[in-house]
Amino acid sequence: MIETIGLTKKYGSFYALQDLNLIVEDSTVFGFVGANGAGKSTTFSILATLLQPTAGDAFINGMSVTKNPQEVRRQIGYMPDFFGVYDQLKTDEYLDFYGASYGIKPKERGVLIPKLLELVNLEHKRYDYVDLLSRGMKQRLCLARALIHDPKILILDEPASGLDPRARVEMRDILRELKTMGKTILISSHILPELAEMCDSIGVIDNGKLIAQGSVHDIQAQLQSEKVLRIKVVGDTRSVIPFFEMDPFVSQIEEQQDKNTIQFFYRGTEEDQLRLLQQAIAQKLPILSFSEEETDLEDVFMAITKGVEIG
Amino acid sequence: MKTLVTNPVLIKELKLRFRNMKSFTGILFYLIAMSVFVFGFIFLATSLTGNGFFRPDESFMLFSIMTYIQLGLILFITPALTAGTISSEREKQTLNILLTTSQTSFQIIFGKMTSSIAFLLLMIVSGLPIYSLVFLYGGVSPSQLFFIFLFYLLTLLAIASIGVMLSTLIRKTIVAIIATYGAMIFIAGVTAFFLLISVQISQMGTAAPSMSPIAHFWATINPPAVMLTLLQPPMEEQLQSLTLVPIPLWIGYTIFYIILSAACILLAVKRLRVNMNKYK
Repeated sequence: MIETIGLTKKYGSFYALQDLNLIVEDSTVFGFVGANGAGKSTTFSILATLLQPTAGDAFINGMSVTKNPQEVRRQIGYMPDFFGVYDQLKTDEYLDFYGASYGIKPKERGVLIPKLLELVNLEHKRYDYVDLLSRGMKQRLCLARALIHDPKILILDEPASGLDPRARVEMRDILRELKTMGKTILISSHILPELAEMCDSIGVIDNGKLIAQGSVHDIQAQLQSEKVLRIKVVGDTRSVIPFFEMDPFVSQIEEQQDKNTIQFFYRGTEEDQLRLLQQAIAQKLPILSFSEEETDLEDVFMAITKGVEIG
Repeated sequence: MKTLVTNPVLIKELKLRFRNMKSFTGILFYLIAMSVFVFGFIFLATSLTGNGFFRPDESFMLFSIMTYIQLGLILFITPALTAGTISSEREKQTLNILLTTSQTSFQIIFGKMTSSIAFLLLMIVSGLPIYSLVFLYGGVSPSQLFFIFLFYLLTLLAIASIGVMLSTLIRKTIVAIIATYGAMIFIAGVTAFFLLISVQISQMGTAAPSMSPIAHFWATINPPAVMLTLLQPPMEEQLQSLTLVPIPLWIGYTIFYIILSAACILLAVKRLRVNMNKYK
């Protein structure tokens, strides 16, 4: 389990991270969403024992990252957002070096390395030099490296950044595989919408503060008090607009004459929404469909990164 | 000892170093330069005398010059080999991953430093056959050679410690290398200058030499001065007659540089995971 209590990191008067309280349960996948500079990498660096928090503490399986960093390192597999590789080191030697760095015996490493390379689909690159691998392959190799000591917890900072669509899909499949293996995964990614289906919960961080935490559905509900309603009518849309304009919860009505639809922002509760529909039917308005516009995590993410205030 | 042999950083560094053609060409050019010098010197000495003899005193002179060249080599190469050990990892973005493994800071620093020292030792040892040519002509005792090599080892260790420490403290490799060369210039050159000034000051206005522990200190930490007393023991007495401090230079040198090396290594170990320090 990962837990942070009042985690704060301050540089001078600037808060990179402010009072972060987070719990990631065992064998779950937690996605971390936020714009660049929001505090994701700072959080990950603290959890990976690379950075000392200014205040608060973080715990990995109950062990404090500040008081017991050496033990924490054995428990986590960390993949940074940017990393380099050694020149003139072959793929299996690269993994062997890190295996040795975790104190794994040579015999065990000999068994582990082929298995890990198979997991990340790099068995055919076993004797190739690491610096000659493609970006996607290096990312996968770095993931294999993070798994060499069989950690229960994986901290993956933008594991799919800079990858082409195919490499992203491959990375996503590997992460899915790791989830089925029961790993606890904390992941940040710009492709989180793609990963949303495998995340049990997500946290949205903005300006160093966690502004929302929960399931993907809950987050959307928390962040968006205004939903978008779409109404399709038979005939002219102008016949229904006056009715909706009178509702106090409706704003910014947009017409799409060619599609016979209107859409608007709605601030009311589900009960208000039901009452609005019932009234429209009672007035025999020519409504063909009345639906809530689907917004995915990407919309939420885009809204946050654009600095749009929602909720 | 087992920890030394199984240190992952050391094994990896040695592997990478000897996979690199530059290491071998470096040794090759060093040996060529040394051979040219030795054979050139012997050729000149025998040609000038015209009788084909190479006298023991000439042999000792050759040994002395070679010893100073080797010292110069250590002072010149060690900073380049050690000042980038940690900063280059930082620049290549491999340090963070290394720091999240369960290796201790000491293991990482020790592995990095030992691999550099091992390479320099290999370089020195590879030159031994050429060095030993002087034994053919006499004038040099094996024990003298042995002590000279111990002196090299200590000097190497001290400079390597300074290099690794500066590499840990300074983020950029190029700045770390410049700083380490600066330290070398201070140790080998500035201390000699201070020695001369201190001797002059101590002798000012007095007919008989007065005691000058400061001058003795500068002589103690100056590698070329200590090397001179190892090669020419009478020089030690001469220096003591000037400073009036009856302690052999090599004793002070050994103590000073062991303490300095330990302090540098300790500081490097403490500052390797600097972002995990409380005050940051």
